[in-house]
Amino acid sequence: MTTQGSTPSPVEPTTSTALHHQEGSSPEAPSHSITDFTADFGAANLRETVHAYIAKVRGGEPGALPALLGLVVLVLTFGFTTKLFISVGNLANVPGQAAPTIIIAMGLVFVLLLGEIDLAAGTAAGACSGAMALAVNNNGNLAKVLHGGTFGAYVIFMAVALIVALWQRLWLGAAAVLFGLVILLTHLASNDVVSIALAVTTGTAIGVLTGILVARVGIPSFVVTLALFLTWQGVLLLFEGNGATVPTRGFAAINGIENKNLSPMWGWIVFVVSVVGYGTVTIFRSVRRRARNLSAEPLVLVLLRLVLLIVVGAFSVYFLNKNRGKGLVKIEGMPWIVPIVLVLLVVLTLLLTKTAFGRYLYAVGGNAEGSLRAGINVPRMRVSAFTISSSLAAFGGVALASYSGGVNSGAGGGNTLLFAVGAAVVGGTSLFGGRGRIRDAVLGGLVITLIPNGLGLHSNMSSAYNFVITGAFLLMAAAVDAASRRRSAV
Amino acid sequence: MADSPILSMRGIDKSFGAIQVLHSVDFNVYPGEVMALVGDNGAGKSTLIKCVGGIYPIDHGDVFFEGTPVTIHGPRDAAALGIEIVYQDLALCDNLDIVQNMFLGREIKKRPFGNLDEPAMEQRARETLKSLSVRTVKSVRQVVSSLSGGQRQTVAIAKAVLWNNRVVLLDEPTAALGVAQTRQVLDLVRRLAQSGLGVVLISHNMNDVMEVADRITTLYLGRVAAEVKRADVTYQQVVELITTGRTGTIGLQPATAAESA
Ligand SMILES: Nc1ncnc2c1ncn2[C@@H]1O[C@H](COP(=O)(O)OP(=O)(O)OP(=O)(O)O)[C@@H](O)[C@H]1O
Ligand SMILES: [Mg+2]
Repeated sequence: MTTQGSTPSPVEPTTSTALHHQEGSSPEAPSHSITDFTADFGAANLRETVHAYIAKVRGGEPGALPALLGLVVLVLTFGFTTKLFISVGNLANVPGQAAPTIIIAMGLVFVLLLGEIDLAAGTAAGACSGAMALAVNNNGNLAKVLHGGTFGAYVIFMAVALIVALWQRLWLGAAAVLFGLVILLTHLASNDVVSIALAVTTGTAIGVLTGILVARVGIPSFVVTLALFLTWQGVLLLFEGNGATVPTRGFAAINGIENKNLSPMWGWIVFVVSVVGYGTVTIFRSVRRRARNLSAEPLVLVLLRLVLLIVVGAFSVYFLNKNRGKGLVKIEGMPWIVPIVLVLLVVLTLLLTKTAFGRYLYAVGGNAEGSLRAGINVPRMRVSAFTISSSLAAFGGVALASYSGGVNSGAGGGNTLLFAVGAAVVGGTSLFGGRGRIRDAVLGGLVITLIPNGLGLHSNMSSAYNFVITGAFLLMAAAVDAASRRRSAV
Repeated sequence: MADSPILSMRGIDKSFGAIQVLHSVDFNVYPGEVMALVGDNGAGKSTLIKCVGGIYPIDHGDVFFEGTPVTIHGPRDAAALGIEIVYQDLALCDNLDIVQNMFLGREIKKRPFGNLDEPAMEQRARETLKSLSVRTVKSVRQVVSSLSGGQRQTVAIAKAVLWNNRVVLLDEPTAALGVAQTRQVLDLVRRLAQSGLGVVLISHNMNDVMEVADRITTLYLGRVAAEVKRADVTYQQVVELITTGRTGTIGLQPATAAESA
């Protein structure tokens, strides 16, 4: 292992400089610099790769495996027991059904990474989309439709959130809340796109204030968000009145999120761009890092994953591009929500994996005291996480409104939040903090959605089974989480 | 040996609630020297270190760095002065890998987007670990939870020497280490001092202390019993200072010692 050129001796008279960064020290030739760290260079061939992967899974890092297995099991079960499950008409519904859960779950990943919970994400989604629906239906004039006191409280709430965001120096959050405040005070939300922004920025404000209660006031997030879970439910009732539904079908931007499709050609373009982009980045990284003698994923693994992605992706696009309309109406193409979720997936994944901010989220979730000693502003990280979570939840609420064609006075209540938490956990995000990825929300969200989707096709299956089976999946996921935590001691 | 301290704490008081843990503590670190900080369990050594690192705010007292008064509000202030600390209760994140831990809070970033420069960090981490002759770590991309106690300790030390420091404080760095690794850490302590840094070593092992220290500060129940040159005292005297606060003419006045107890 030890080769010429490296100095294994512990005592070197001249090491005082070696201890520090050696400016311009050229990367040594591969065979010279490796004394240890052999495992950095990973598996060289497929066999080793498989072995390494099995070792990893057994060592408590199952990654995407449980969620993928769950998907396969569900698809096979429903595929064999019903006629309609594997049909264009049904499968094309899945992205739309799953999207609200997925988007809310993406936000929850940020909070769960810190070992916190946001029980209010569902009802916050409802309240934010309620504000959007009311505004867009009333020429952006919320002051007119809302009770005077309610509107005043809304404005004050946004203003307080703005001040808090500035105090915490969350510039992006502050800008968003300010934008929301402007929309609220002008009548800009008569435009449907701007009304969506009103929903999201209201979510931002909710997140800032939730975060401050957790991080600075020091109330456990479970309690804060339990209280807010009730609060936002009440706020939505105040907005709309009991039993009301505010429609959104007539507004192109809102309605289009879940109900418009890309043309088949654009579907393929999205596919090619995604695959080529992902492929280039991962292959390039693997090859280049290996050439520079850094730890890298083996190329075989990268290629294997890429092939899997191409097969699944091409199949989906082909399927979605088939005509699923009944009779004369032609319905075909990839729903808009698919590229929207893909963009969120890419952007948020980059945020978590490529930035110091993302790194600090993991660090705080793993060891808050240690992060503090490393100079990380831990309270600010907490506030940020809740801010991101609630903003995404609000957007999930918009998708939910789009899917159901309006916002009823109970939107976002019921099981909305529980399914979103379930999605993140089924996907592999730990409830103990420190472990989780954005893709977990996507995979877990699909699992959580396929269960009611498939069961609904069985005429003799009541929704009782849906809850029982979803519960069972969630328990299994939590068990995997606990077991892997024990194994890896993370 | 230098006579003006690089880091100097004067009259430090520190209380937790009603309990005063540090009583008017004077503590000096000299460039190019190893200062041992010794004292019984609960004497206040770790607390003093955490005051230096900005983890705990001090109640009273002054801190001087190279003769100029400074205030350390947090870990970043300490790091900016070139003060690095290896804490007794390890401050590593179990769920992050070795490289991520070593650069935590001070990541190398790429222009123009400020995204993390993983290759650069990985290379430097590996160089540093190599300079510490870390042999048993399989991969610098291993998560810390998979390391042994001693390996974690080594990573924590490597994290501290990664940066261009002026002062390094090590709180019982060898407590979890095997014979060979202890040897390496002691050698490292000497090397750091030789390269001109001020080094503080906290240890309960008097043999180690007597071997590597240039000066010794003994804490007795939150008070400084004595700051002595290592050459001026015997092993026995240091042990007496630790256990009773005084030895012969050196140390706390009997009255003070009794009052602290
Ligand atoms: N965060 C805290 N809150 C309250 N009391 C504390 C805290 N940290 C330390 N103490 C108390 O301060 C005293 C000094 O503790 P400290 O950890 O500094 O001792 P030490 O000299 O490092 O001991 P050891 O050799 O066992 O590490 C102890 O009595 C301890 O109980
Ligand atoms: Mg201690």
